[in-house]
Amino acid sequence: MTKFQVNRRTLIKSGAAFGAGLALPTIFTSSARAYLNEPKGDTVTLGFNVPQTGPYADEGLDELRAQELAVQHLNGEGDGGMLNTFSSKALKGNGILGKKVTFVSGDTQTKSDAARAAAKSMIEKDGAVMINGGSSSGVAVAVQGLCQEAGVIFMAGLTHSNDTTGKDKKRNGFRHFFNAYMSGEALAPVLAKAYGADRRAYHLTADYTWGWTQQESIAKATENLGWETVNNVLTPLAATDFSSYIAPVLNSGADVLILNHYGGNMVNSLTNAVQFGLRDKQVNGKQFEIIVPLYSELMAAGAGANVRGVYGSMNWNWQLQDEGSKAFVKSFGEKYGRPPSNSAHTCYVQTLLYADACERAGTFDPCGVVEALEGFEFDGMGNGPTLYRADDHQCFKDVLVMKGTENPTNEYDTLEIVEVTPRAQVEYAPDHPMFAGGDLGQCNSGA
Amino acid sequence: MRASFMDAIILQILNGLDKGSAYAMIALGLTLIFGTLGVVNFAHGALFMLGAFCAVTLQRMLSLSYTIEDPTQKDFLGNPLKVDTPYIVSWFGDSAGNAIVNWSVPLAILFAIPVMLLIGYVMERGLIKHFYKRPHADQILVTFGLAIVIQEIVKYFYGANPIPTPAPDMFRGSVDFGVMIGFAQNEIIYPYWRLVYFLFSAVIIGAVFAFLRFTTFGMVVRAGMADRETVGLLGINIDKRFTIMFGIAAAVAGLAGVMYAPINSPNYHMGMDFLVLSFVVVVVGGMGSLPGAVLAGFLLGILESFASMNEVKSVIPGIDQIIIYLVAIIILLTRPRGLMGRKGVMEE
Repeated sequence: MTKFQVNRRTLIKSGAAFGAGLALPTIFTSSARAYLNEPKGDTVTLGFNVPQTGPYADEGLDELRAQELAVQHLNGEGDGGMLNTFSSKALKGNGILGKKVTFVSGDTQTKSDAARAAAKSMIEKDGAVMINGGSSSGVAVAVQGLCQEAGVIFMAGLTHSNDTTGKDKKRNGFRHFFNAYMSGEALAPVLAKAYGADRRAYHLTADYTWGWTQQESIAKATENLGWETVNNVLTPLAATDFSSYIAPVLNSGADVLILNHYGGNMVNSLTNAVQFGLRDKQVNGKQFEIIVPLYSELMAAGAGANVRGVYGSMNWNWQLQDEGSKAFVKSFGEKYGRPPSNSAHTCYVQTLLYADACERAGTFDPCGVVEALEGFEFDGMGNGPTLYRADDHQCFKDVLVMKGTENPTNEYDTLEIVEVTPRAQVEYAPDHPMFAGGDLGQCNSGA
Repeated sequence: MRASFMDAIILQILNGLDKGSAYAMIALGLTLIFGTLGVVNFAHGALFMLGAFCAVTLQRMLSLSYTIEDPTQKDFLGNPLKVDTPYIVSWFGDSAGNAIVNWSVPLAILFAIPVMLLIGYVMERGLIKHFYKRPHADQILVTFGLAIVIQEIVKYFYGANPIPTPAPDMFRGSVDFGVMIGFAQNEIIYPYWRLVYFLFSAVIIGAVFAFLRFTTFGMVVRAGMADRETVGLLGINIDKRFTIMFGIAAAVAGLAGVMYAPINSPNYHMGMDFLVLSFVVVVVGGMGSLPGAVLAGFLLGILESFASMNEVKSVIPGIDQIIIYLVAIIILLTRPRGLMGRKGVMEE
């Protein structure tokens, strides 16, 4: 029979061992909190949520092409594209944090509920740590909200409504694309120079979040330069024939028609306006003009000859001659045989920016990524020196004013760059009234 | 003020006429199919869309090109630019070749007639005839499914973006309609092609009515629509004639689509945009009534245009989106068989 004795030495040894045991988990995890979809193996999965069916399917396809290209470049395949020109040198072409990048894709169908369902599936079933893409502000706002609740990062694709980084902004969401306010501020001076300060504008506006903020922005910017807003008519998003909305313009006294339409709406309303001879009219002693504040290469191609000479704005265009743009156009063009659209560009850049933020943060933890992206300044991505503002997660960079090419030489020659508006001209205070009402809230890592 | 209001009224009537033309032609085909075969064809909008893509296809066929590299120009990657020259231009010379390409939409009428007749024939023999004796719900499901399949096929080959399909140069621009009826210059401007579309629809609708009214074939079809069994007992193969009528209805929808292509650039979804409204037109006009379909098409087209006027929308916001359904409810409450519906149709 042995007798169990507790002496001073045994007590100290036991206490030290017990204390070390208790401390063990926190020793290994003190620098890395648990977070949703933490990659455990040697790969990390990104979720690309783009319209693969529905009216914006071609735009979604172009986004997906660019995202696939970004994944290749991150994994060290191909010529590296913008990795070679990006001012941050954290990315080495060996994946992200040494993990090979894989991706899954979802179909937004350009419907908020379908987009949320697709994003949810990629987060819950495929373990996506980030969601990127989309071609609609309604979808972007919906998916951004979902990612915030779930605890993953949302890198928005083509979303131009002020609300995305205004009243609907979220800590986990980031927008590289420009917004309606920026379009207005970039376009207005060019319009005043081209058409004079004494103009009467009639607005046709798509009746949803993007249309409203686009109209408000361009109206305010043009009114500040002396234009008068004669009327603003909301048109249903589902409208296909705009003739009955355009007919009243003829006798309204307006000498400018501003089409706050995008996608199929823009193609049809612009086509109808040209058919009604608006561009051949003289009103108030001036040539009647049409303006499309937000352009896309794919939509310009859809409108054909009708876009010739029509002013608009873009986030980026393949004709830019900076090193970053040239590198991206070369990679994309050689792989797909066509120049990338500006929605492809923003999705590509967003994917690289996310990967770079992970590298700099040393983690995929959304809260670490948020910290790395907030206030991040970079260059070499096609838009000049750019800031991801911490206050609202909006990128601030140069904006392009475009015009429909008068004499196109090939099928991609639909738009020409009129002016690269400097970033300073399109900046605004975080509490600007057009962006008021939102709150970033706290970052959510889904733990 | 008064003159301006009159301008607006006349303009909206004109707008309604071209919209109504499309509704009327689609609804006419729907009614023909329903009246002859008793089938509720939800794929009829897809036939309209296929017609528009006949115009796109012919435009592309006429624009088929050979490529030569022009070392003096560069493409977007800095390589020598590949310049496309249409074969037709090299065969017929610049002016004649370009004129043929320019007139591709009107020429597509000749192309679309056999194509749409064939599509209609294949659709009826291959699928729809198996659903004659099935409930209308089954017919709706299968034809709606077919419409989606057709849409996706078109999207696969042509993409999702609208494809510009312009009218011939001589029909681009607008006519000063106001001057013709005594108004001041530039007050009532209307696009040439929309007038062409209205006149074209009048010719097509007239031709269909004349065909049914003045030919033996049409007489037999009308008799079959009234009493299929009796016509069959007379030893006439009414099924064969009805199949041909399905083809004709498909061709009418297709031609409506061909000529609509310059008004709004064709996309794979355009058939669905018209389908629901065309069904409302059929119901308002009266199931099985051909004149009812045409009358309701124009009536609802004009009403829809009026509802889009600012003056109307300022009184009842959103009326432009519901006017057709509102009118349909009122008409069906007051005239349950529609404007010109026949007793006994869809009432068993």
